Amino acid sequence: MLRIEEHPILTFDKSKTVSFTFDGKTIEGYEGDTIASALHAAGVKVMGHHYDSGRPRGFYCAIGNCGACLMVVNGEPNVRVCVEPLVEGVVVETQSNKGDLV
Amino acid sequence: MREVDIAIIGGGPAGLMAANAAASSGASVLVLERDGHLGGQLVKQTHKFFGSEKQYASTRGIYIANILEDKLKEMPDKVEIWKSATAVGLYEDGILAVAKDKAIKKVKAKRFVVATGASEKSLTFVNNELPGIYGAGAVQTLMNVNGVRPGKRVLMVGAGNIGLIVSYQLLQAGVEVAAIIDAAPCIGGYLVHASKIRRAGVPIITSHTVTRAYGNESVEGATIVGLDEQWQPLPGSERELDVDVICISVGLSPLAELLWHAGCEMHYIPQLGGHVPVRDGNLKTSVDSVYIAGDITGIEEASSAMVEGRLAGLTASASIGFKHDDYEAEVLDCKEQLKSLRAGPVGEHINQGMALVMSGE
Repeated sequence: MLRIEEHPILTFDKSKTVSFTFDGKTIEGYEGDTIASALHAAGVKVMGHHYDSGRPRGFYCAIGNCGACLMVVNGEPNVRVCVEPLVEGVVVETQSNKGDLV
Repeated sequence: MREVDIAIIGGGPAGLMAANAAASSGASVLVLERDGHLGGQLVKQTHKFFGSEKQYASTRGIYIANILEDKLKEMPDKVEIWKSATAVGLYEDGILAVAKDKAIKKVKAKRFVVATGASEKSLTFVNNELPGIYGAGAVQTLMNVNGVRPGKRVLMVGAGNIGLIVSYQLLQAGVEVAAIIDAAPCIGGYLVHASKIRRAGVPIITSHTVTRAYGNESVEGATIVGLDEQWQPLPGSERELDVDVICISVGLSPLAELLWHAGCEMHYIPQLGGHVPVRDGNLKTSVDSVYIAGDITGIEEASSAMVEGRLAGLTASASIGFKHDDYEAEVLDCKEQLKSLRAGPVGEHINQGMALVMSGE
């Protein structure tokens, strides 16, 4: 479990759980999570695979700059999950291609 | 189209201070923030700030963001804030294109203060894009904003202030730090931070770099190597470290895309972190309507970003007729604060870099 339980300075509000699906599997995070932080807390580090080399991809900057964490969210590709707030029932999938323009 | 006296791009420490200064000078202000909240990277800085009282020294960064936002809320008739709004283009006719609510909105402003901050640099080594390799700021966000540990055992690459501070924050979050390494022969960050880390039992190994990450789907270990005086790898000095996270803290680069687009004269200045705009002492770029503040002027700390924000807010407003009641004294005070923040050995390379992009006044 990667959630911080005790911290000398900070407290984290874990009163509201948010459930969502990742590649068909149900996962729970908390209100205030990004999709990336909820996945990471659940032990998911691989968020996709490079469209050409197939190598695994995770987030790098966590502030929406680098674009390493692109996933398919509710069917929409290329969502930067490191800055995408987690909402109840969202459907998250790993992305392994460039995604199509909708 | 939204019309405003001053559009401020970026709601971090520099942008918020600029907004405050411009609004108290009488200008109407629109603040554009890409994220869903204001404060920029202050929101994850749990350490107490250095500097002087004017830069909120001894206050934790996480609280400074709220202080600055509250001040703006006192001037609701002057300040409008758009969150989740990304500036995507700055055109020569003074129009800013902003992506918001899945549409492009136009903002026409007489002056722009670009305070977009910086992005984390990467480092070249084998498998450097494996999941589990994160920027130091990313680790800070994950831990201090979301309450999630990056992993169990971390190799920190870079012993500057960010590397040292984030290492300490990792310990606070209950994560083991295997070592902090730095390619330079000495520690770049403040001694006070380094001592704290060493007292906690974390080795700081200088003249070392990372050459390889290994692991299938994510990091399972790292190879580090010693460097000689020419920064070349010393044969036979390789060591394997059993870590599941490699944290990269090798500096930042200014996020200057909008300035390039606006046609500002740019120069590559290594001391300042990358390409930065030519500016005058009032933080005006080579384009008359475009001012700058914060890391985009050159990589420094949030303390100087706040002072630059205040300065740019004052000078940009004055240039269109909104002169603060105490304009001369306020501007002088900002310049004096910047001078004092850049005094001493740490500020030396900043001053060198700034001299190379300073236009005549």
